[in-house]
Amino acid sequence: MRVSRVTISDVTFAADLSGALFWDEQRLLVVSDLHLEKGSSFATRGVLLPPYDTIATLGRLAAVISRHDPRVVIALGDSFHDRSAHERLSAEDRDAVAALQSGRDWIWISGNHDPMLPRDLGGTVADEVAIGPITFRHEPTGAYGEIAGHLHPKARVSARGRSMERRCFASDGMRAVMPAFGAYAGGLSIRDAAFAKIFPQNGFVAHLLGDRRVHAIAASRCY
Amino acid sequence: MPPRILQTSTEPAALLPDRFQAWFAARGWSPRAHQLALLEKAREDRSALLIAPTGAGKTLAGFLPTLVELSAQPLTRDAGAKKNLVSTGRSVQRSGGLHTLYISPLKALAVDIARNLERPIAEMGLPIKVETRTGDTPVSRRQRQRRYPPDVLLTTPEQLALLLSSDDAPFLFSSLKRIVLDELHALVTSKRGDLLSLGLARLWRLAPQMRAIGLSATVAEPEQLARFLVPQPDGKERAADIVVAGGAAPPVVEMLDTRERLPWAGHSARHALPEIYELIKANKTTLVFVNTRSQAEMLFQNLWSMNDDGLAIALHHGSLDVAQRRKVEDAMSAGRLRGVVCTSSLDLGVDWGDVDLVVNIGAPKGSSRLMQRIGRANHRLDEASRAVLVPANRFEVLECRVAIDAIAENAQDTPPLRTGALDVLAQHVLGCACGEPFFSDELYGEVRTAAPYAELPRQDFDDVVDFVASGGYALKTYERFARIKQDKEGRWRVANPKVRQSYRMNVGTIVEDDMLKVRLVRSRGGGTGSTGVIARGGRLLGEIEEAFIEGLSPGDTFVFSGEVVRYETLVEDQVYVSRAHDKDPKVPSYMGGKFPLSTYLAERVRRLLDNGRAWGGLPEQVRDWLSLQKDVSQVPAVRELLVESFPRANKHYLVCYPFEGRLAHQTLGMLLTRRLERARARPLGFVANEYAVAIWGLGDLSFMIRDGWIDLNALFDPDMLGDDLEAWLAESALMKRTFRNCAIISGLIARRHTGEEKSRRQVLFSTDLVYDVLRKHQADHVLLRAARADAATGLLDLRRLGDMLMRIHGRITHRELDHVSPLAVPVMLEIGRESVYGEAADELLAEAADELVKEAMDRSG
Repeated sequence: MRVSRVTISDVTFAADLSGALFWDEQRLLVVSDLHLEKGSSFATRGVLLPPYDTIATLGRLAAVISRHDPRVVIALGDSFHDRSAHERLSAEDRDAVAALQSGRDWIWISGNHDPMLPRDLGGTVADEVAIGPITFRHEPTGAYGEIAGHLHPKARVSARGRSMERRCFASDGMRAVMPAFGAYAGGLSIRDAAFAKIFPQNGFVAHLLGDRRVHAIAASRCY
Repeated sequence: MPPRILQTSTEPAALLPDRFQAWFAARGWSPRAHQLALLEKAREDRSALLIAPTGAGKTLAGFLPTLVELSAQPLTRDAGAKKNLVSTGRSVQRSGGLHTLYISPLKALAVDIARNLERPIAEMGLPIKVETRTGDTPVSRRQRQRRYPPDVLLTTPEQLALLLSSDDAPFLFSSLKRIVLDELHALVTSKRGDLLSLGLARLWRLAPQMRAIGLSATVAEPEQLARFLVPQPDGKERAADIVVAGGAAPPVVEMLDTRERLPWAGHSARHALPEIYELIKANKTTLVFVNTRSQAEMLFQNLWSMNDDGLAIALHHGSLDVAQRRKVEDAMSAGRLRGVVCTSSLDLGVDWGDVDLVVNIGAPKGSSRLMQRIGRANHRLDEASRAVLVPANRFEVLECRVAIDAIAENAQDTPPLRTGALDVLAQHVLGCACGEPFFSDELYGEVRTAAPYAELPRQDFDDVVDFVASGGYALKTYERFARIKQDKEGRWRVANPKVRQSYRMNVGTIVEDDMLKVRLVRSRGGGTGSTGVIARGGRLLGEIEEAFIEGLSPGDTFVFSGEVVRYETLVEDQVYVSRAHDKDPKVPSYMGGKFPLSTYLAERVRRLLDNGRAWGGLPEQVRDWLSLQKDVSQVPAVRELLVESFPRANKHYLVCYPFEGRLAHQTLGMLLTRRLERARARPLGFVANEYAVAIWGLGDLSFMIRDGWIDLNALFDPDMLGDDLEAWLAESALMKRTFRNCAIISGLIARRHTGEEKSRRQVLFSTDLVYDVLRKHQADHVLLRAARADAATGLLDLRRLGDMLMRIHGRITHRELDHVSPLAVPVMLEIGRESVYGEAADELLAEAADELVKEAMDRSG
């Protein structure tokens, strides 16, 4: 499989098809916006979405972790869909999280959905993490060297009257916004004004998650 | 079935009270035989299905029994005066509910019928109160209707469901004597029919004395339709009596004998424009039917550009703004229009007065459908309706020819009665719980009295109840969030009032595509793709499917509301377009027709092709075309599948002619492409039309077939509907759309309501993601089963594809050719015009990425 690369502030990351970034030198894996227990969050309000989203998300996370065997994993905020989501995790899901954490450092970064992260789920809790020239935080500010999530970027490309929409990384080489990793996490078009604020030059690239590879397409070609 | 010309054994005088006879006489009418027949059926306490063409006085026939019965009631009937409170020992019961319910598929029709009924009631001075109840009825009036119901209530299937889920249902309906179901042939072909059938089942329990009258156009299987009207006993079939109205003059239908060259492909009928214009000019009022909105747009625009006589020609289709549609309808009623270009939006319903010609552009698709359209001309029975069919290409000539023959034989091809959908059942089960608590055993028995659900397995029913309660998931984590719960006796009841509220917001089975409002603004000009500031506001042109807009890039042009417009930008749920000056829109169509060629007409087309002696009835151009095909290749035989292969411009093509309609062909093309990919034949894409599928690729398909690398019988083996289909369904956008509809109808997720559109920034969740997760973790979930059942007949047309594959198995004729064959030309011309199907994400994305590279190279070079 061809490895797609995204360079941010002179650091080169491998862009994983699952929507994770891997920093080889640091053996560091980042995923964003897991939104665990989003299904049951809706269920509390009477919308009985299939309760398999946490299993699905953790399953994909396990796969990407086994592909890269990272030393550090950063969950870049909104790991839990609401403040009490972690209480609804099943015993099996908790065990799965513990298994993923074993043998590596695990950092939960807080997000707007999960400002108060649970202390009983292992790992370290932080608001942001800086490693070398890179800063990891949940909400993008547009700062140089920043890798953030929160916006759930997706992009649509069309040709000959048909079109295709996929989650994507958005990056202009100086900073990046990561796609949401969660099974039920929706997306926001990269043509939304929110992205213009983060990428002032407007010349950013969408790295779309295809079926077998990641495709870099200028944001101006997407919508 | 031979037409049952009816005879009444009773004298008209005994069936019709004096007042009515005098009224008929005063108008110079005499009651029609079928009107008397329905009166007699009512007297015998029988339910009946009336099959009659438009203009036969069908509505009056349906209401006469009610009017006659109610004419005998005391004259003074103030609202509320009759409503007695009766002690039933333990509680107090109200009496004085409805006498007759009338259900129509269109609210406009209900309103129109109410107006028409007022006249005989007023003229005969009958003590009868008639009211309508639709989504537009003010809340205050709806509340009053529940407290003081009229004698006759005219409403829609959705409103009936709502009323049945209310506390007032027993009071409103227990006195019901009759239900009249209008345009039943149209209602029963959709999930609305399923919903209505379940409502009927409920009514039979609340009012066992109720009898039904169904009003229908001619259908293929009247006995099946008649089952809909009576409760089905366990394990047996029962049907209402059938009354067939006779006496309609057969329509005069001809095919336009064009002076122009017949196009090879396309659906615009542009070649015949001057002739269509002349037809409008030569008649008083002409309805011009087309199959899609985009065709309507295109034709309307073209007619206007040649309208030197300033004829009043209007446009009518479902996406236009409601106010605009009303304006057209009013002008039409007032006789101010010479022509209306319309889609199926005018197939049913309201009487249009003096339409003297129907023109049908393009393929008729089905004989029954065409007959109903033609019936829109001339609503007087004794005069023949006149219609002209205008085929838009050579294949459509064949289709028009066999449709005219079918009409001459009065051969019908309406679809068979549906098997009730599980998502609709889920909605109904929740509605029942909202009304009053139920026992599973009892409700199961009740549901099975509805004809579409007569064969419902108990397991399916229990799964649906489980779904309604807590989602029906194998992982039982939602018990505490259940929407309905069982009490100590085992009755299911609504868990909280919010559930009732959300049911009321979501009742109904019509799921609109996500629609965006189209507004006309001034162009920003300049390049494409920039998200500059655009003036908000702008004139509202109508609504358009989100899916269509998603296929466009800013700067693309398309036809909407009679003009060529340029796509500027999309902001929330508003599409901003500007007036374009191009004559030819870049994106020619949206979606294509909704209705595929009927199996029946397809069969007749195959027979016509196979029978050279019958070609005499075809235009010379078409005869020549077919003769040429015979010389170069061969004409497809009735029971066989013709497959041709040939090279062209460095690519290799494989074309087959199943004649099974575009939907089934799209599915077939998708599956064949997958198989060829696996055989390393390197297919690149395919295109499908109503008659044929063409696949092209880099590998030499002719050689591969000759060499035995590709075995055609294996390639077309029905087993493609197994694993290949499964693999494709996992990612098919059509399947996801089908699933979404089921999720909405079943009440899993709420439909969006105007005024609370999701903001594009705050997408809550996507049903596509839910589909993916559910499919992986509980593939046999009841909603996936419902979606699969829909796929059999809906967008994927799997059943038809399956039937075809069985039919042609072992009967494939292959012709290896040097060139494209005459028969293949039409489908080949669709390449590049129709969107190419194939959902290979990486290819599309790579192509977009390559373009970028190329652009960059060009710039640097």
